[in-house]
Amino acid sequence: MSSITKKELQKIACKVRIGIIDGVYNGKSGHPGGSLSSADIMTYLYFAHMNIDPKNPKAENRDRFVLSKGHAAPVLYSTLANRGYFDVAELKTLRKIDSRLQGHPDMKNIPGVDMSSGSLGQGISCAVGMALSAKHFGNNFNVYTLLGDGELEEGQVWEALMFAANKGLSNLTAFVDYNNLQIDGTIEEVNSAVPIDKKFEAFNWHTIVINGHDFDQIEAALKEAATIDKPVAIIAKTTKGKGVSFMENQVSWHGAAPNDEQYEQAIAELTTALKALD
Amino acid sequence: MADIIKSATRASYGKALVKLGHERDDFIVLDADLAAATQTGKFKKEFPDRFYDCGIAEQNMISIAAGIAATGKKVFASSFAMFAAGRAFEQVRNSIGYPHLNVIIGATHAGISVGEDGATHQCCEDIALMRTIPGMTIINPADETEAIKAVEAAIELDGPVYLRFGRLAVPIIFDDDYSFTVGKAATLKEGSDVTVIATGLLVHEALIAYDLLKAEGVNARIINMATIKPLDNEAVINAAKETGAIVTAEEHSVIGGLGSAVADVVSENYPVPVLKLGVNDTFGHSGPANALLDEFGLRAANIVEFAKKAISLKK
Repeated sequence: MSSITKKELQKIACKVRIGIIDGVYNGKSGHPGGSLSSADIMTYLYFAHMNIDPKNPKAENRDRFVLSKGHAAPVLYSTLANRGYFDVAELKTLRKIDSRLQGHPDMKNIPGVDMSSGSLGQGISCAVGMALSAKHFGNNFNVYTLLGDGELEEGQVWEALMFAANKGLSNLTAFVDYNNLQIDGTIEEVNSAVPIDKKFEAFNWHTIVINGHDFDQIEAALKEAATIDKPVAIIAKTTKGKGVSFMENQVSWHGAAPNDEQYEQAIAELTTALKALD
Repeated sequence: MADIIKSATRASYGKALVKLGHERDDFIVLDADLAAATQTGKFKKEFPDRFYDCGIAEQNMISIAAGIAATGKKVFASSFAMFAAGRAFEQVRNSIGYPHLNVIIGATHAGISVGEDGATHQCCEDIALMRTIPGMTIINPADETEAIKAVEAAIELDGPVYLRFGRLAVPIIFDDDYSFTVGKAATLKEGSDVTVIATGLLVHEALIAYDLLKAEGVNARIINMATIKPLDNEAVINAAKETGAIVTAEEHSVIGGLGSAVADVVSENYPVPVLKLGVNDTFGHSGPANALLDEFGLRAANIVEFAKKAISLKK
């Protein structure tokens, strides 16, 4: 655990959110809703928890992170940029034809991206493979992954969960960004995975339910996870679009870019929130 | 050439894994509840701690393999061709292909010679599917010797590899001196009238066809094209230039397989007749493997017929 203060984390999370909006606005497309909902989890992992070094992004024994909900690429890129893997200014190139910041994460070209992802359900399996490799070859790193709640509808997720528990992969922690919205509506309307915690438990995972915007709860959950001798799921209840008033809990902001006016308002809100923390 | 001894290339795969296991410990073997059939069970028996069974979940297995490879380790992922290339196609494309990871897919039970299990398990589309993935290497060995050498070569390659093996015991064509190079065709018989480019179990049939054609005064060049991607374009173009007609032979659909790959190269570089012998856009069915190979026209006699027709089409 790091000595970074909660207030510092809140400030960083504001900057991460500004980077998300900058990216999606300039890219004229992308997924702001599920990026904003997971910004606090990502901030905590990269700034307070994971054993990583932006100057040595390929270090063999670094902790790994897989963005299984790959469409939330803006939050991954913004977190990595703010952490120092590359220049924050590059976030404005998101999805542009000459940019390395692809619409979905590309491990070949973006420093700090541990796994390419985007096709839902595959990232969790890749994270499982990484955790298995660490155990098998005696590497002492942990693997973290972030799933969407809608993503849980993919059958492959449950194949991965079954395997991870069966092989005792205690070095694996999966966050679920439980914001309750997917493209076609609420997850209950579309094809509900609820109750999510009970399902993970039934697959022999240790399950912790938290508020995904509360750093104390994120910290406590990760602390607990480190003591558990099986894979751990942290079901993080979140607000889709968190931090930008008109995007919060609006399914229409799953995959849409703000216009000029909306961009100004979003940046103003996040900047105000950032200043209030000074 | 000793053509009495037979071995299924899936068995050769298992043997090769055991051999590799004794030589190095930097790789993992995965299977999806088919270890006895794919013959990874041989490796499992010898190295139980280096084998992981993913259960009946091929999509998960393929992405797990990608995760292992993403940590810088080598991994074999094994299942039937139908499930490794078919069911898990998108995982192969996105988890392994797009990041160009060092995963070796050991796909057994390819083609109609699966036999009695019937159409659902007789995968004649895997080469076509795998060919479309950028950076994928595809190797379809003809016999045990080549299968073992292919496994040993695959682990040294950079990027994903699809190894295609069969269920049916096939004659061992090559002795240990046989030189296998990924991406290089092997000319087994020189000839100037027509070229037969064969892969997998059709290579042995092509060698029989060579003698049959010779008896009729036709000098056929016989090429073993074990590596289907990257294709040995030079060997194909030279065959077109020097023999003026080509027959391809494979236990795979005529759509998208070796025949299509050869026709692409020929049409773009030196157009000559190319006749494709393969599974003719149809599903297989249950039956003894050898009877199916007869029924689907994947025999030396069929190669002879195609060769004569190809020669007749020369301008």
